[in-house]
Amino acid sequence: MSKFLKRSAQGAGVPHEKRTSNLETVKMPLPSKIVLSMGQHIGAPASPAVAKGDQVYVGSVVGKAGGFVSSDIHSGVSGVVDSIITITAPNGAPQTAVVIIPDGEQKVDPSIAPPVVTDLKSFQDAVRASGLVGLGGAGFPTAVKLAPKNLDEIDTLVINGAECEPYITSDNRCFLEDTQFIMDGIQAVMKYLEIPKCIIGIEGNKPEAIAKMKSVATQGVEVKELPCRYPQGAEKVLIENCTGREVPFPGLPSDVGVIVMNVTSVAFVGKYLKTGMPLVTKRLTVDGDIIKEPKNVEVIIGTPVQELMDFCGGFTDEPGKVLYGGPMMGNCLASLDQPILKNNNAVLAFSKKMAQTPKVTNCIHCGRCTNACPLGLSAKEIVQAYNAGNVELLQELNADLCMSCGTCSFVCPAKRPLAPSIALAKIMMKNGGKK
Amino acid sequence: MANKLIVTAAPHITSADSTQKIMQRVCLALVPTLIASVIIFGVNSLILTAITVAACVFFEWAYCKLMGRENPVGDFSAVVTGMLLAFNLPSTLPWWMPIVGAFIAIVIIKQLFGGLGYNFANPAIVGRIAMAVGFAGRMSTYGFPQGADAATSATPLAHVADLGAGDYVTLLLGNHGGVLGETCAITLIAGGIYLIVTKVISPVIPVTYLATVAVLSVCFGLDPIVQLLSGGLMLGAFFMATDYVTSPTTQKGKLVFGIGLGLITMMIRHFGTMNEGVSFAILLMNLLVPYIEVLTRQDKLGIAKVKKGGESK
Repeated sequence: MSKFLKRSAQGAGVPHEKRTSNLETVKMPLPSKIVLSMGQHIGAPASPAVAKGDQVYVGSVVGKAGGFVSSDIHSGVSGVVDSIITITAPNGAPQTAVVIIPDGEQKVDPSIAPPVVTDLKSFQDAVRASGLVGLGGAGFPTAVKLAPKNLDEIDTLVINGAECEPYITSDNRCFLEDTQFIMDGIQAVMKYLEIPKCIIGIEGNKPEAIAKMKSVATQGVEVKELPCRYPQGAEKVLIENCTGREVPFPGLPSDVGVIVMNVTSVAFVGKYLKTGMPLVTKRLTVDGDIIKEPKNVEVIIGTPVQELMDFCGGFTDEPGKVLYGGPMMGNCLASLDQPILKNNNAVLAFSKKMAQTPKVTNCIHCGRCTNACPLGLSAKEIVQAYNAGNVELLQELNADLCMSCGTCSFVCPAKRPLAPSIALAKIMMKNGGKK
Repeated sequence: MANKLIVTAAPHITSADSTQKIMQRVCLALVPTLIASVIIFGVNSLILTAITVAACVFFEWAYCKLMGRENPVGDFSAVVTGMLLAFNLPSTLPWWMPIVGAFIAIVIIKQLFGGLGYNFANPAIVGRIAMAVGFAGRMSTYGFPQGADAATSATPLAHVADLGAGDYVTLLLGNHGGVLGETCAITLIAGGIYLIVTKVISPVIPVTYLATVAVLSVCFGLDPIVQLLSGGLMLGAFFMATDYVTSPTTQKGKLVFGIGLGLITMMIRHFGTMNEGVSFAILLMNLLVPYIEVLTRQDKLGIAKVKKGGESK
């Protein structure tokens, strides 16, 4: 009752559409080229470490991290650097990219060997060298996450396997196919960071994954079934549901003694410690109403989306929208030439009909946005304040707390684009009142 | 590829619910009561309701046409207003009067303030109050069940003292004098439950409203069941007080709103000279909604903690 009055935070009953959840991951053959964007993570973009004509191998460093909060980028193919070009990143900004033409031999870089890990420092260095970034979608460099300032206060590792976005099932496949790597990764993180407790949060719509993880869970590892309400996988929501702790704003999960890692990220840590092969492939769900053969695909990072679509049988109808990620938070692709990025977990293609934006009508103050917001924000008030240019009110309403999960837009019966408007409101707050 | 892809901001899907569907569900929830009314008061109930709805829809369309606004009739909100207004009228009312009420509700209260979502008070409530003041005589000439003896079936709230426990069934079935859509408590409750189950309304407002009325009835030494089942309370609690535009959005706000409604209703019923307090209670609480909204915002995740920490530093 007290929680009920404090904040409803009902979330949204989004459709699941998890029709690929039973499809085993298939490996996509070599693409005709790979395009490695230098900005596949949060933080400073990497800078190209190769020049046109250079020979590279599987696992070779192609982009060097551009700072502390950044990440190396590696080649997933052996071949020759064709060119260094400028592409359009999903956020619309120009980004440098290295184009490599595979030679088909897939020769592994001679420097690749399992890392020697003995203590925290060597573990963090290994993760840094692996080029791992948050694979849940945010793309935050994992090495930075695993080096919190208050390491001695961290008592819980939360593994994010909520996978609350509709359509996407790549995390589910990870649970089922990479079970041992997940446990290896969890144990390594717990050991070197001296974290006594781990909670794996999985949404209730993945009973197989829950059962599998429960069967292998070791001492200190707990599997928690999460309610099927979007957005369970949002970091702050996940931490609250798994540990009962509220991450302060502004602040980080480490402020409440928690580190959150996506299940695919932690599985990669486990795999990397065994093989030493950096992050060069990614498991993706390919789905959508016009995909001929929906699949879970293991694809080399940098593969052009067009080739991935062709591998899945192509389109059954003219594409309207093609997305990186899920329909709630995913970004639209402007062109199918764009490459797969590290932090992609799905590519979805929708017909023109599905892509149509519904007609926007008057706000009827039904309060669904307010009661659905997982953070307790009032979307309708924030948008009103934004339209009035009232920055003071935006501050009072904590508009900058919004994480753009899109729940408010989804539940709105008047189909108002609340989430994008709040994103604009956040920009206005930063600019001190200018729209 | 010549075919260009569509690029928009996330999210890319929306729920199946729309304003139109919500309004249609409200209309559907009102239908059993309309049928009950036709059975109790005769076909005049249906004719009056049809006239009121038609007038509301016409005024909505005509005003928007005149002002060059988009035609909003398809959202069904005018139909809901029309039905609710009609339910507040005695079945004996001359046919032209509801048209005046519809004009006040739709044009003056709703459209002049900007249309759907911008009205400060429930249009049907204001329409009813304006008619009750303007046509005081006709509006209080309540209809009586067909074939009933007028003396024994007077509107219950005016004759609370004469009612015994055996009359609960009469109150529940609505087989007594009153306005055409208020008397049959059982169909109103059924409609209300349908709206709660289909998540059109939250149960907080009706439950707190009815509970407050029940508690205060006991405090004032009145029969709580009679108080709950008579007058416009059931219609008001489930259908009028829950109007989105003129009720608070947060659970805390709804709680305050419901309690306020109960308080004002019982104050008017017990201490006032009028028999009926629901309309005025809703109107008065409608006016307080903007303040309730500001004072009952939700606690935001992680925000309260920062404040506390900041103070202790």
